Amino acid sequence: MTTDILISVKDLKKYFKGDKIKALDGVSVDIHKGEVIVVIGPSGGGKSTFLRSLNLLEMPTSGTITVEGTDITKKKDSSGKKLDLDLHRQKMGMVFQHFNLFPHMTVLENMTLAPTIVKKVPRAEAEAQAMELLARVGLADRAGAYPSQLSGGQKQRVAIVRALCMSPDVMLFDEPTSALDPEMVGEVLDVMKELAESGMTMVVVTHEMGFAREVGSSILFLAQGKLIEEGTPDEIFNHPQSPRLQDFLAKVL
Amino acid sequence: MDILTILKNIWYIWVNNWQMFLITGLSCTLLLSAVTVLFSSLLGSVISVMKLSKFAPLRWLATAFIEIIRGTPLLLQLYLLVFVLPQLLPGLNSLLKDQLGLSSTDRQVMWVCIAMIINSSAYVAEIIRSGIQAVDKGQTEAARSLGMSGSQTMLRIVLPQAIKNIIPALCNEFVSVIKETSLASTFFVGDLMTQYKLINGSTYLTIEPLFICGVIYFVVTFTLSKIIAVYERSLHHDD
Repeated sequence: MTTDILISVKDLKKYFKGDKIKALDGVSVDIHKGEVIVVIGPSGGGKSTFLRSLNLLEMPTSGTITVEGTDITKKKDSSGKKLDLDLHRQKMGMVFQHFNLFPHMTVLENMTLAPTIVKKVPRAEAEAQAMELLARVGLADRAGAYPSQLSGGQKQRVAIVRALCMSPDVMLFDEPTSALDPEMVGEVLDVMKELAESGMTMVVVTHEMGFAREVGSSILFLAQGKLIEEGTPDEIFNHPQSPRLQDFLAKVL
Repeated sequence: MDILTILKNIWYIWVNNWQMFLITGLSCTLLLSAVTVLFSSLLGSVISVMKLSKFAPLRWLATAFIEIIRGTPLLLQLYLLVFVLPQLLPGLNSLLKDQLGLSSTDRQVMWVCIAMIINSSAYVAEIIRSGIQAVDKGQTEAARSLGMSGSQTMLRIVLPQAIKNIIPALCNEFVSVIKETSLASTFFVGDLMTQYKLINGSTYLTIEPLFICGVIYFVVTFTLSKIIAVYERSLHHDD
């Protein structure tokens, strides 16, 4: 697995309010192609900040994030050209806790907007792809609906396929089921599971320990901005080493 | 003075001068307000863009403008533009007079308009800024995470949603301006309050013409406010 490193994070730090709050305090991780990395940890431990740093929605204070040989935290790439951050973001799909669908557009428009205006995909082609993806998540009949007409679970499934429309190399999930009614969590996790099985590289911040255990290929435990423990689901859940993780698992399991 | 006399006088003034109030006065007030809001929307847009700019000096300039305009009375601003500015810039004044052939009344109306526009633009700038900033930050994040550029995000995602906050607030600004134009009567521009002054001057009656003006202002602003409220509800119907 060492050859196919997709994203390499080195000593990532993010401080807020000068350096009073250390949201991330030196995190280093390699994300390999096809891996499903699940990030767990207590609230305020830096999980979301870590995820949001990967596509620079949060600008790190220091450290490097290397994607396909380019450090995206720098303004210029290795050959001295100005870094096109938008281009990198296209390759990283992101799913948010609160869905963030565009309320003034239909489901189909939500999905085809970025492909048509950013990647200049012909409209017909973008729509065909969108319909195919909608069918995959069982929402083909809602293509003309507005987000306000959908349930939470439906919104999140649309948000996932909207990100997939850009054909990303990696999908980032920021607590995708935390804002859902309990009975809708399953339908979203099913879509994510199917996505993982199709070979998509994923980084998932979640409190769903069942999902982490079942789907995760590697688990990161973040607390107080530090990567406390990293390992397979078996190592993390059945043989936790650090007292901090043992304590956390005792509370959530 | 008994109430019956006042009522009789109101009726007398209304019957003899209703054209002065409704046709001359009200239309002047509405025209002045419409021109003010139209141009202040343009100027206000520019100032709000400056205020939201990443370039700090532009931001400071916009903030200073907004704070100074909102922190001083409109009447003072009117005096400054109508009386003081032409004296400070005698060249401009003679240009308007000789080259463009504007009479002193024309010039006064022009400066009143400009003062109203400048004043209103500070409020409009804040309406637009807060309308844009009221759009959920998650919308921008979602658009940027899809690879859309900053300007694409603004045009396709943020502005269409901000418009829903901005349009009703702009209409309310129009209602405020209708009331504020009464200050322009200081310079006899011909608005509703100017008609009061004219009638007051010729009849020496105060309460009666004031009452008529008040009713007209109220009917116009109340009606407009209600229409705006209905319109605003229809805008937010789908969310």
